[in-house]
Amino acid sequence: MLALPRLLMLLFGYIFLYGPIAILVAMSFNASKLVTVWGGFSTRWYAALLDDNAMLQAAEVSLEAAALSASLATLLGLCAAVSLARFGSFRTRTLFFSALYAPLALPEVVLGLALLSAFVAFGLNRGFITLVIGHATFTMCYATVALLAALRGCDPAQEEAAMDLGATPLQAFVLVVLPAIAPALASAFLMAFALSLDDLVIASFTTGPGATTLPMRIYSQVRLGVTPQVNAISSLLLAFVGAMLILSALILRKRENRT
Amino acid sequence: MSRLSLGKRLVLAAPYLWISAFFIAPMALIFKISLSQPVEARPPYEPLFSLADGPSLWREKLQRLGFETYRALLDDPLYIDSYLSSLTIAAISTLLTLVVAYPFALAIARSPRYLRPLLLGLAMAPFWTSFLIRVYAWIALLKDEGIINHVLMALHVIDAPLGLYATNTAVVIGIVYSYLPFMLLPLYSALEGQDPSLREAAADLGASPAQVFCRVTLPLSRRGVFAGCLLVFIPAVGEFVIPDLLGGSETLMIGRTLWNEFFSNRDWPMSSAVAVLLLALLIVPLLIAERLRLRAEGEA
Amino acid sequence: MTPLLAVERASKRFGAVAALDDVSLEVGAGEFFALLGPSGCGKTTLMRLVAGFERADAGRVLLKGADISNEAPHRRPVNMMFQSYALFPHLNVFDNIAFGLRRQRWAREDVKRRVEELLDIVQLESFGARRTDQLSGGQRQRVALARALAPKPVLLLLDEPLGALDRKLREETQFQLKDIQRRLKTSFIIVTHDQDEALALADRIAVMRAGRIEQIGTPIEIYERPANRFVAGFVGATNLVEGCIEATADGAYFVAPFGRLRREGCALGNGGAAVLSLRPEEIKLAQRSVADGIACVVEDAAFRGETTHVRVKLAGDARLLVSCGRGESFAPGDNVSIVVSSDAGAMFAESSR
Repeated sequence: MLALPRLLMLLFGYIFLYGPIAILVAMSFNASKLVTVWGGFSTRWYAALLDDNAMLQAAEVSLEAAALSASLATLLGLCAAVSLARFGSFRTRTLFFSALYAPLALPEVVLGLALLSAFVAFGLNRGFITLVIGHATFTMCYATVALLAALRGCDPAQEEAAMDLGATPLQAFVLVVLPAIAPALASAFLMAFALSLDDLVIASFTTGPGATTLPMRIYSQVRLGVTPQVNAISSLLLAFVGAMLILSALILRKRENRT
Repeated sequence: MSRLSLGKRLVLAAPYLWISAFFIAPMALIFKISLSQPVEARPPYEPLFSLADGPSLWREKLQRLGFETYRALLDDPLYIDSYLSSLTIAAISTLLTLVVAYPFALAIARSPRYLRPLLLGLAMAPFWTSFLIRVYAWIALLKDEGIINHVLMALHVIDAPLGLYATNTAVVIGIVYSYLPFMLLPLYSALEGQDPSLREAAADLGASPAQVFCRVTLPLSRRGVFAGCLLVFIPAVGEFVIPDLLGGSETLMIGRTLWNEFFSNRDWPMSSAVAVLLLALLIVPLLIAERLRLRAEGEA
Repeated sequence: MTPLLAVERASKRFGAVAALDDVSLEVGAGEFFALLGPSGCGKTTLMRLVAGFERADAGRVLLKGADISNEAPHRRPVNMMFQSYALFPHLNVFDNIAFGLRRQRWAREDVKRRVEELLDIVQLESFGARRTDQLSGGQRQRVALARALAPKPVLLLLDEPLGALDRKLREETQFQLKDIQRRLKTSFIIVTHDQDEALALADRIAVMRAGRIEQIGTPIEIYERPANRFVAGFVGATNLVEGCIEATADGAYFVAPFGRLRREGCALGNGGAAVLSLRPEEIKLAQRSVADGIACVVEDAAFRGETTHVRVKLAGDARLLVSCGRGESFAPGDNVSIVVSSDAGAMFAESSR
């Protein structure tokens, strides 16, 4: 493909993707409240965040929920992936498989409604726990898909070699397979974390009083209008996830350079 | 079917129990709720089945289940319009996303090999950042006092604000923007995997660059196009955040309708019925997507 | 004396296919044994059976007299060198080799000593700290061998050990393998489809086809006295001539399409259909007509360095491949004659296909 058209297409694409984000970040440093007027560089909106207890608390809830649900999701996802990759065709495997893949395709409002109905039927009070359960459930599916792909790419001969040399099947899994899929595990965790941190719909359905998440808080602010404080917290959130991405990319690159 | 050892059963049990309790059972539950009557109580629908009831009570409760909610749903134009509007908006957005993503994916796929992972990574990175925030960013852009209007008016391209905000158009733009990475990845995979010697052969036989594209590149990327379209269309139908933030009062999308039905009207059976019907609508595209996935896996 | 390994009447099916059909064999201590056969013959299945990665549907596997048929692989004192080597990428060379020792909970100093001993044996003395992706193909193979030998197994299984190496390396490695085996006195069983490899390395060979063992014997036995047509054709080049036996007053003759060959010590009856396997080097080619010779015309001659392969055309449109040494040259069109001595080659009844 010719260099110039390709360059233009790339440029247009990246400008389209990053433009709104860049503007958002720029606005968060805008001393003026108005979007169209540049009132000088200022960090007052960031300072204002520190006083915004509700926002800070929501951030705390979000981070905790993300950490917990991502850990749960990665663990459950690993079990699910191992079951699908290694246990052959057990009874009701198809149902299990479909139930794991379905949440990926279904609209979030439907998932949220379903989860909430379940909590009510089970008699669970809605709060932080149900929030974590809700997030773990839908992020587990992403984790399963990622880990299944990683497990399928594993060389079964290595596990056999480990067993041949005296490792029990469990030892072989822990000593040979886990190190091999370590990047996928880290990536699955980060993905589940990011998805949980970002989620609005499922959180709205599954959480309870006292456990408002950051997206929920941002959303309720936004409904009242575009406020520069929302710009500030948004930029922070973007920076945070951006740092996580760079970190995970570096880890993967380091791994690839070694193997 | 093989019998599993105890250890394996435990490993399988953890995710299985979880997904049964928090997905399979809930899905069955909404279907059941959609057949119930709304009640002012906790829980806000009846009849409730309880293990303590005897069989006669069960039969009585079963008889109280009915399709009235569905009838009410289908009678009310609000819902029918929401479904149709959702399908339409999703379809238009999918097409536009394809048009925007295709050149982008092509440009990345044809870049030097060492650059591709970086370029792709940069293109996919926004997907990881907050969906909500990215949609929110467009509000500032689209509003009448927003940046786009401001710039265009300053350049004297237009005299009055475009009135983009709070319209279906804004929703479409929002969907295209947010779901671009979903379309990009399958397209890129399909294009990157193409054998360059096919294009060279076509050129050697006399095809112009445009013809090479139309007759070789495009047809060969069919599978990626289908996959990408399904990956955008299916979730877009049920979208909530985008129509809620960027759409206007006349913007009818089923995700938003369901949300309002639930949070504003507290009508559980109705929300459930809306959800079930939405799923029914999506069954066909979902099955097609599944078959595509299986075929892709079979070839891998 | 109990053999080291005894497989008794093992059978294994995969779906409708019988991978192993009533297979029995014995391997002695310190023996270099080969399972030879074309792909799909069941040799790999048999090896995996011994290693413990497959369970037989019928039959037993005995190690030093003890029945290990149901033992899990990690409990068998049998180790395997995998075709792909299966080195652990996240461990360096030292840790790879030490893997089996650590599973057996060897003391630290013992592990160190043993690993260094093995590195020495495979001639990779200073490679302990290297990562596996920094090794060449031949070096990876030696690490895989060292790793499998470290835990002092009584039996080592090698799955196509030389398949991935180029020709020159293959020959060198053949000598090294044989050398190591002799030094350690461990029994080796190699699985291969390459008959040159089997002939060069093994003390005894089992030739397999379609889940059955066709013949077990020393390389010389297999080569010079093949038990049936398949073994004759699979191991080494040969001419397979179909004909029948004619028993007359002055001895038995093999009646081929191109003439009669006198046979001595023929056990088959008069009139019986038979197949005669003649290796190219067992047929003599003479420039002119000789007694007992059969006239033929040279069709083609391919110079191979130490030998020349000559294809001759005989009566009845029959063709034979003959191998001649240096100093003899034949050109297409030459009229020559072949001489087959009465005890050359091997003969089978026709039904043994």
